[in-house]
Amino acid sequence: MKVFLQLLVLLVSLSLLSACSTLDRSRKDATDPIPGGTTSYDSGTATGLDGRAGLYADPLNDPNSPLANRVIYFDFDRSEVRSEFVNTITAHGRYLAENPQIRIRAEGHTDERGTREYNLGLGERRAQSVRRMLMTQGAREQQIEVISYGEETPAAFGSHEGAWRLNRRVELVYPGTAR
Amino acid sequence: MSLYRIPLLLLLILWLPGIAQAVLEIRITEGREGAMPIAIAPFGLTAGAPPPGEDLAEIISTNLYRSGQFSPLARNAMPQRPTQAQDIQFGVFRDRGMEYLVIGRIQQSGAERYQVEFELFDTLTEKSLAGYAIPSTRAELRRTAHKISDLIFERITGKRGAFDTQIAYVSATRSTTQRQFTLQIADADGHNPRTIFRSTEPLMSPAWSPDGQRLAYVSFENRRSEVYIQTISSGTRTLVASHPGINGAPAWSPDGRRLALALSKDGEPNIYVLDLASRQLRQLTQTRSIDTEPVWAPDGRSIIFTSDRAGNPQLYEVGIDGGQPRRLTFEGRYSGAADIAPDGRTLAFVYGDDGRFRIAALNRATQAARMLTQGRMDESPSFAPNGSMIIYATSEQGRGVLAAVSEDGRVHQRLLSQEGEVREPAWSPFLR
Repeated sequence: MKVFLQLLVLLVSLSLLSACSTLDRSRKDATDPIPGGTTSYDSGTATGLDGRAGLYADPLNDPNSPLANRVIYFDFDRSEVRSEFVNTITAHGRYLAENPQIRIRAEGHTDERGTREYNLGLGERRAQSVRRMLMTQGAREQQIEVISYGEETPAAFGSHEGAWRLNRRVELVYPGTAR
Repeated sequence: MSLYRIPLLLLLILWLPGIAQAVLEIRITEGREGAMPIAIAPFGLTAGAPPPGEDLAEIISTNLYRSGQFSPLARNAMPQRPTQAQDIQFGVFRDRGMEYLVIGRIQQSGAERYQVEFELFDTLTEKSLAGYAIPSTRAELRRTAHKISDLIFERITGKRGAFDTQIAYVSATRSTTQRQFTLQIADADGHNPRTIFRSTEPLMSPAWSPDGQRLAYVSFENRRSEVYIQTISSGTRTLVASHPGINGAPAWSPDGRRLALALSKDGEPNIYVLDLASRQLRQLTQTRSIDTEPVWAPDGRSIIFTSDRAGNPQLYEVGIDGGQPRRLTFEGRYSGAADIAPDGRTLAFVYGDDGRFRIAALNRATQAARMLTQGRMDESPSFAPNGSMIIYATSEQGRGVLAAVSEDGRVHQRLLSQEGEVREPAWSPFLR
């Protein structure tokens, strides 16, 4: 069983590593939470997922948990949550209600269209509508800090819908998780 | 030399001139017919003096050209290169169609010190219209050329020149992980760029104080928006707004004593006025819509801002003592980020329709709006302090660059950056 677990951890780590390198080959800095060594079985595997208290002890790190989804996407110029993201937000709202000591950031973003300061307002509007939904599930107001980045930190570059739809988002940022 | 080294050497040769060039480079993309023909003869140098390292006549020619109001004679077409008034043969310049002629001399007055003299002539009357002697130093020669350009421009057009001014802008790396944002200041022609603040978190919305000594801007260095004022000469920074929610869109009052801001501390963003001496904050708009991007009328009596209170973002004006805002724009689905001309007669703003964003000008008396630019992602218009040009941000091959357009929309130019994204230009006031 232990071997199986280690193997599973290795596989998940490797898939994360490859996903990471596919998405972004430039990332090499020290703050990267994914361990850099791919050859070492021991050091290269356990750190990324198992560093806290055993495998998936933290549901935030369980890829099968709805809490693993922490990005909510929006339609152009809209701040209403799309129905497909209701389950995600519900799960986070309940988790926060059960863990009142946890404080998170709801970071609102927009695509590049429109003026920059107006988009700061639009990003905040999106983050506020996510916060309201979290609170209906029992999360407390002071658990969620709303921050808007407007269009300043896109998740994807490019002046086309393929990039824009990835940039119209609210990211739920838990302490200790990468932004 | 072995053969395989040649490509490397070629690369170096191709690369080296790029280093020597300014970070921003100007390219006129669309000129104007009927511009004033003028010849700027190469400036003379006193015998034995070391070359000053700057071609003043070239700098002046480029300045006048990009104003759109002049058509300077190319140097290789110059029929004569006089440096003294008594040597001028006005006839050969008249034959080239030149209406004006500028000659000049650079005299060394000490180590690294110069005296620059120039004269402006009307080639028809053969009379001198202006003549000045300007003390300078090796480091200040470019600025001296800008001052001379201002004097020539004003003498001929009757309008104060804005060549001896500066621009502030934000530069950003194009990466989601290796992020770097810098706040920069350059001469109005893009030369001499300096970084005045650097951060791994976003920087936004630089705004010049009316005396040109300070910049207000938005920084996310504490992972949330805050407004800072930075004194340019010393680099001293003061945090002036750090309320919960958005702290954005700083705009100086014409007297430099107050800052209009967009703050969302009480809900959605509204316009506030901060008294910089007393730190007193006064709320100017109260809505549940997004009110932002304030700009002061030149008389300081009203503020123009963007609001989506009627659904889509449009421009509104509110008196400085509050009251009911008046709507200014009605067309299109998006109007925002206004700047106001120094004479208060024209608004430049971002106009969005049909999926594109362009810079438009609104004549406040006639209410007539017209498009000044034809881009897809044009934003952040900022008037030159003499109102003759508007600098703005646009994209070229998907990358953020700066561009300028004459206030009549007839002369277009690009300020090309060599790397990264350049955006949010703000043209300085007149500098002393």
